[in-house]
Amino acid sequence: MEQLKLSDIKVGESCVAEVILSDSDIRHRFMDLGIIKGTKIKCLLMSSYNSIKAYSVRGKVIAIRKSDAEKILVRRCASDE
Amino acid sequence: MNNEKYDRVIALAGNPNVGKSSLFNELTGLRQHTGNWTGKTVDTAFGECKREGKCYKIIDLPGTYSLFSHSPEEEVTRRYIMSGEAELCCVVCDASSLEAGLPLVLQMSEVYDKLIVVLNLWDETEKYSVAIDVERLSEILSCPVVTTSAKRKEGIDELISRFEEDIHTRASVRYDEDIEYALSLMGDDLSRFEKIRIICSKSIEKERFIHAKEYLYAAGLYPEKCAETVSGAVISRAQEIASECVTKSEKQIDRNHRIDKIVTGKYTAVPIMLLLLTAVLFLTVIGANYPSRWLSSFFIYAEGRLNELLILLNLPVFIREMIVCGMFRVCGWVISVMLAPMAIFFPLFTLLEDIGILPRIAFNMDGCFRCSGSCGKQSLTMCMGFGCNAVGVCGCRIIDSPRDRMIAILTNVFVPCNGRFPMLLTLISAFLVFGVSMGYSSLLSSLILSLFIIFGIFITFGVSLLLSKSILRGIPSSFTLELVPYRTPNITKVLVRSFLDRTVFVLGRAVSVALPAGMVIWLIANLSVNDISLLKYISDFFDPFARLFGLDGIILLGFILGLPANEIVLPIMIMGYTGAGTLAEYESITQLRQLLVSCGWDDLRCICVAVFCICHFPCSTTLLSIKRETGSLRWTLAAFIIPTLTGLLICFIINGIGSLF
Repeated sequence: MEQLKLSDIKVGESCVAEVILSDSDIRHRFMDLGIIKGTKIKCLLMSSYNSIKAYSVRGKVIAIRKSDAEKILVRRCASDE
Repeated sequence: MNNEKYDRVIALAGNPNVGKSSLFNELTGLRQHTGNWTGKTVDTAFGECKREGKCYKIIDLPGTYSLFSHSPEEEVTRRYIMSGEAELCCVVCDASSLEAGLPLVLQMSEVYDKLIVVLNLWDETEKYSVAIDVERLSEILSCPVVTTSAKRKEGIDELISRFEEDIHTRASVRYDEDIEYALSLMGDDLSRFEKIRIICSKSIEKERFIHAKEYLYAAGLYPEKCAETVSGAVISRAQEIASECVTKSEKQIDRNHRIDKIVTGKYTAVPIMLLLLTAVLFLTVIGANYPSRWLSSFFIYAEGRLNELLILLNLPVFIREMIVCGMFRVCGWVISVMLAPMAIFFPLFTLLEDIGILPRIAFNMDGCFRCSGSCGKQSLTMCMGFGCNAVGVCGCRIIDSPRDRMIAILTNVFVPCNGRFPMLLTLISAFLVFGVSMGYSSLLSSLILSLFIIFGIFITFGVSLLLSKSILRGIPSSFTLELVPYRTPNITKVLVRSFLDRTVFVLGRAVSVALPAGMVIWLIANLSVNDISLLKYISDFFDPFARLFGLDGIILLGFILGLPANEIVLPIMIMGYTGAGTLAEYESITQLRQLLVSCGWDDLRCICVAVFCICHFPCSTTLLSIKRETGSLRWTLAAFIIPTLTGLLICFIINGIGSLF
């Protein structure tokens, strides 16, 4: 299946995290938020004014900037999987 | 630490924003401020909990997601649990998002063998149709699970009764085989958590664990890789447990989502934010008028009484006047102008905070701030700055990245606080809109005031950008923001909290500086050499310099002597112009205008003064806060110099251009 960046996921779409690139600092942040390989992420909101999007991760809503979301490679999946 | 008088020492841990501090307050009766956003408690707080003859010491740890990260909160938590003071640990989770809280529970179970899991905000699970099998959870984790609602005061007694229970919690995460083997090589005298910390760390090289580390290296598990495997195992285990114990519908996200769509919508976001800001500022400025007047007449009355009392005591006239007209009057002035707006602004702000709207504003604003090299949370600290810059500076704690935090602290003063609003409004109505017919003038003056505020905001962006390109160079760090669920605020609590925590705090700091400053002001105005007062000498000295920037000596002196509180800047100027020996109030706008015009004021000077009012050194209260937050004299000095230079530069330009016409 095609591999995308988390930042490519549009509002309403869901995906599963596959690989987390990037240095250890942001990696720790992502882990704190519970994002590891296999975590399901759904994109909920997109700000109209900038490149930040809000995602639903493990029942919480987390806003992540595009530049950070690019560090997570994902696989698109159906919303109700 | 002497803990003999306590039956038990209990630590409270948990993710940020799970109502941990509320629970702590319920347990101990202590009053810590709680807000609906993350990262409030930075230090550990402790309190006593007495129940049925027993006395417990409760430690409130800062909110953390895990024990392996690098943020200051996590450092505080980690250091505390390593100290081994507490024998029992309560891990507080948000019941409606248990899965997010479980990793910390699992990590804590490797430190403490006495663990209690508290599912707080239990009342919200109903609302969000989340069902949790508490018994099953308790069985899996081998520790008691208590459901509480700190807001409704439910479950607190049950929690306390569990403190005495005999608990044997077993760590329930199994790691990779290699890691488990390495752990077994490390002996039994350390907790699992400490052993894991050692194998995940590059820096801790203890001789006796060398074989465990060598084993891991041979297996390709370098510290970095170890940390990842460990965290991964914890998160997966949390997921497993959650899927076994929790059933939920999507309703929770739905409701929040519907509101979020409006609050962050393309066409609605900006109007909503502007509306909120205008409403809060309008209520503050208008609402503060009456109580301010009452307070001021009270202080005038009290001043008379104090004067009589000191006459009875037979103090020399000089000392008596210095105390009454100097210290007491300045102090009373500061209180009467400062108290009312803050007592209105902060509850309103705390209300917005509790509802949970603030993170959405940060979400909307992040783009603008990212362009200026900072992050969206700065918009929140700026909003707090409208109330009081000192509070805004303290509020910068919510910003994770040290670099962004410093930018927010240094630029907070460009947002005019409550203390500067009245001065701006007065100047606008005395000059810029003077002579405009009644109906339009208030509309026009609020419009011009908004322009000045927007000017301040642009300066903030500009200076932030400059700072991030110069002394605070570096890549904008990662930024994640939790959009917490909306919550119904508890009105009475909001009132009491915001008053005690913010208003009284700021007032206390202001008064402690106003007293000596009152004395200095009085001395400068009343001591004279060759029949010319010190004030005249100093202002004449400043005059040629100040004129370069479209100001004059008295104005500059007013700002300098107004260091303790911006509220007294204008009264000091009037004092200087009229030659009075003490702070003076003006009777009417027309009279004020006449006085100022006779001293050489015109529209251009008014604009320069207003600009300098927005861009000058922060008041002493704010400086004290900056000193405390940054812990460095150098940065405090920078916070003094940067806005002052900016203000002088802009005034110089405005004056230069204005003089051409």
